[in-house]
Amino acid sequence: MRMPEPDAAVIGRRPSIVEALRAICPEPGAVITDEKELRVYECDALMAYRQLPMIVVLPSTTEQVSRILRYCHENEVKVVPRGSGTSLSGGALPLADAVTIGMGKFNRILEIDYDDRCVVAQPGVTNLGITKAVEHKGFYYAPDPSSQIACSIGGNVAENSGGVHCLKYGLTTNNLLGIEMVLMNGDIIRLGGRHQDSDGYDLLGVVTGSEGLLGIVTEVTVRILRKPATARALLMGFPSNEAGGDCVAAIIAAGIIPGGLEMMDRPAIKAAEDFVHAGYPLDVEALLICELDGPEVEVDHLIERVSEIARNSGATSIRISNSEEERQTFWAGRKAAFPAVGRISPDYLCMDGTIPRRRLPEVLTRMTELSNQYGLRVANVFHAGDGNLHPLILFDANVPGELEKAEAFGADILTLCVEVGGVLTGEHGVGVEKRDLMGSMFTEDDMKQQQRLKCAFDPQHLLNPGKVFPTLHRCAELGKLHVSGGNIPFPNLPRF
Amino acid sequence: MTNQRYKPENEAQLQELLAWASQNAMTFDLSGQGSRRGLGRPVKADAVLDMTAFSGIRSYEAAELVLTAGAATPLSEITAALHEKNQQLSFDPPDLGPFFGQEAGQGTLGGLIACNLAGPRRLSAGAARDHTLGVSAVSGRGDLFKAGGKVVKNVTGFDLPKLMAGSYGTLAAMTEITVKVLPAAEKSRTVLVMGLDDAQAVKAMSVALQSEHEVSSAAHLPLAAARASTVSYLSEAGGAVTAIRIEGPGPSVVHRCAALRDLLGSFGPTEELHAHNSRTLWQEVRDITPFAGTSTPVWRLLLPPSKAAGTVAAIARSLDVQPLYDRGGGLVWLEVRSGTDAGMAEVRAAVSAAGGQAALIRAPDELRSRVAVFHPQPEPLARLSARVKEAFDPKGVLNPGRLCAEF
Ligand SMILES: Cc1cc2nc3c(=O)[nH]c(=O)nc-3n(C[C@H](O)[C@H](O)[C@H](O)COP(=O)(O)OP(=O)(O)OC[C@H]3O[C@@H](n4cnc5c(N)ncnc54)[C@H](O)[C@@H]3O)c2cc1C
Repeated sequence: MRMPEPDAAVIGRRPSIVEALRAICPEPGAVITDEKELRVYECDALMAYRQLPMIVVLPSTTEQVSRILRYCHENEVKVVPRGSGTSLSGGALPLADAVTIGMGKFNRILEIDYDDRCVVAQPGVTNLGITKAVEHKGFYYAPDPSSQIACSIGGNVAENSGGVHCLKYGLTTNNLLGIEMVLMNGDIIRLGGRHQDSDGYDLLGVVTGSEGLLGIVTEVTVRILRKPATARALLMGFPSNEAGGDCVAAIIAAGIIPGGLEMMDRPAIKAAEDFVHAGYPLDVEALLICELDGPEVEVDHLIERVSEIARNSGATSIRISNSEEERQTFWAGRKAAFPAVGRISPDYLCMDGTIPRRRLPEVLTRMTELSNQYGLRVANVFHAGDGNLHPLILFDANVPGELEKAEAFGADILTLCVEVGGVLTGEHGVGVEKRDLMGSMFTEDDMKQQQRLKCAFDPQHLLNPGKVFPTLHRCAELGKLHVSGGNIPFPNLPRF
Repeated sequence: MTNQRYKPENEAQLQELLAWASQNAMTFDLSGQGSRRGLGRPVKADAVLDMTAFSGIRSYEAAELVLTAGAATPLSEITAALHEKNQQLSFDPPDLGPFFGQEAGQGTLGGLIACNLAGPRRLSAGAARDHTLGVSAVSGRGDLFKAGGKVVKNVTGFDLPKLMAGSYGTLAAMTEITVKVLPAAEKSRTVLVMGLDDAQAVKAMSVALQSEHEVSSAAHLPLAAARASTVSYLSEAGGAVTAIRIEGPGPSVVHRCAALRDLLGSFGPTEELHAHNSRTLWQEVRDITPFAGTSTPVWRLLLPPSKAAGTVAAIARSLDVQPLYDRGGGLVWLEVRSGTDAGMAEVRAAVSAAGGQAALIRAPDELRSRVAVFHPQPEPLARLSARVKEAFDPKGVLNPGRLCAEF
């Protein structure tokens, strides 16, 4: 993976940049320059890539963020926004010639408004922190990435994060009402509010999932929901991935959108069961966890219907949770799937493609072939309801060449997802990890149009460069129009 | 206005046409069937760009919850296909034909998405923008691009489909759109609370929305709006009616309606609407039917729900108005029968003070050409919006003036 060539001239200006940042953020410890302290920030959760940042600054007010960005804009210094550093795609990977702006000090919940059913929070508040603040009143914030104890709500906005409940309750973008953000030139803007939808261009929609390329989010307003009265889960084993996939399709065709619908393949089941002893059946090829939530009568009714669908799809084992404890046990294995795989392999890569669900059997077959070809094991967990795959590729970074092999394997899986009509990333973002695969999904023109949007926000490409786009075109070049003179084309077009 | 009309047959022709237009200072009024022309500011362009060639359902995978269609596909065709599989566009697409004094049943998918329209289920299920998964489009520069995808979960690249939704055709001419579709609810019923004033009604809706009964829609029809309903429970109520829609599997709906009537009983007497009556009522709220059949100006107020009644009361102190509340108060349709420029100064002042936005949704062409139809944006945001327009349509080829006077 090549990052943009560091600018030696900017690195040479480091002392004056540090001085300027200290003037903006005079609080002790707000500007970090010491190598040992900088180490903390050298990577995010995509740990294969590391880079020491030039400087880290930890602002605590929107005004400071605005002044920092204006300074960097005027002095052509690149910046990398950072929340909790749990990105799995390298979105928060530092650059040698950039200032990393850590949003950790923005850690306060500003307002809880039950009448309007929303929470206003600073971006450094954790995802779970929002739910924690309202759960005593029976409310919660629906998107629940597995990293929710650590990841920040600002990072969630930047990545448009999902979770196991997003089939029914939506991704971050569907649960976000408003933000305050600072543009690269220091302008402070507000998008949305406490109401649904806004007049004018949906910039809130386009900033969500923009991976820190369009601005720095300094305040977030999310909607909160009342917790469903009950939740129960079914644990269903199938003799083949096809049968498991058929069952998922049949549930949805029956008009049921479960609160959660997760699938694991044989290697993932085995790893999880060995680790947490959740009582998963070991004689099946595919395991489905289906969670139904809502009023008790509804849940009981749907449990019956899903059991019947599962039987008709050839399930060889069906268990239904009869207590909250049992439901938690069903989930325990799935939730521990990543660390469980971490136990059986020194390292693993977590991939994140989405496919049309009906193509699942063939994608899994191809994946097994690739696994043999690369000589690397793979375990699959996925959000089956929406076709979002998380293949975990097992490897050992200490074996020379294995990381590269694992990456090549991962790239093959993602291009396969695109080939069958899917996409490169369902929820983890492009970052640096999938940057060079963007061309498998988008044409040069597609990417140029995305970059023109980027130019509207950040004409000098100073915000998080080296992420998302394989090549950054200069805005002046992108702005040029096609030359087409002469008469209007198609004088023969039907006119009335 | 002109009656010159260009009708490209495919994307290549559309590209060439728009590239030429951007070089030669020509402007287009972009239309599907033109059924939503009353929305936004009137467009003054050199010619009409007729997109009707981009029509037809390309693929529909019910079990995958996605449908891809040409942007000019009639909505009626899409609704019919979904109906066959017991699915729907969950954002409740309104049919504003009669509201604008036109026929019902018109409109294309592209027009619906471009205006980001949604009905009462917006409250719980999201707007058009939340269901727009992917688009192909030709920008005002004449570049063909696609963005998003054809699967329900995707974060690859910027979410340009959301930007297209609600852009009123001012950025690019959409040729193909992929939308998320969802199962239609097995059962749908409505709990009515009778005789509440606006402030009590917003409170009652808030109580319902804070309950665990999964409310799908919540509206309040003050006396005049209730009287205009074709559902006798409302028209004969002799007072205001507050309506809470409950949807889902049969036994669940029955249970939740009963529980809600218990919960809301302290606000006023309750009733319950089933099947046909329930459906009719929500269609009326969705299509703003209480204000159809006239041409008085109507505003769309987007507000923090708890501020709805107070804001309307503040406006009513200086203007003669009739409200219709939707989304638990988060949306108010406000008919204005007095004042200058449809009461713009009074409406905008009150709405801004409450942290909301006001758009002039229905008004004579003359007025809509003269004023800011959509809520004015503060300076840094307005500048950013202008740069976004420039990123797609630097020469202002597409729908000049529709969104704002500046571009
Ligand atoms: C074990 C584990 C499990 C995970 N499970 C899930 C899951 O189930 N679903 C899911 O969707 N993701 C998951 N993730 C990925 C990750 O947690 C999310 O992408 C998360 O939203 C990142 O938040 P963060 O605060 O850590 O952001 P960071 O990693 O710090 O940054 C991520 C990106 O956001 C930008 N950014 C951060 N803060 C801001 C801001 N205030 N303004 C502008 N840009 C900003 C950064 O520049 C970067 O591009 C998982 C990660 C781990 C390690």
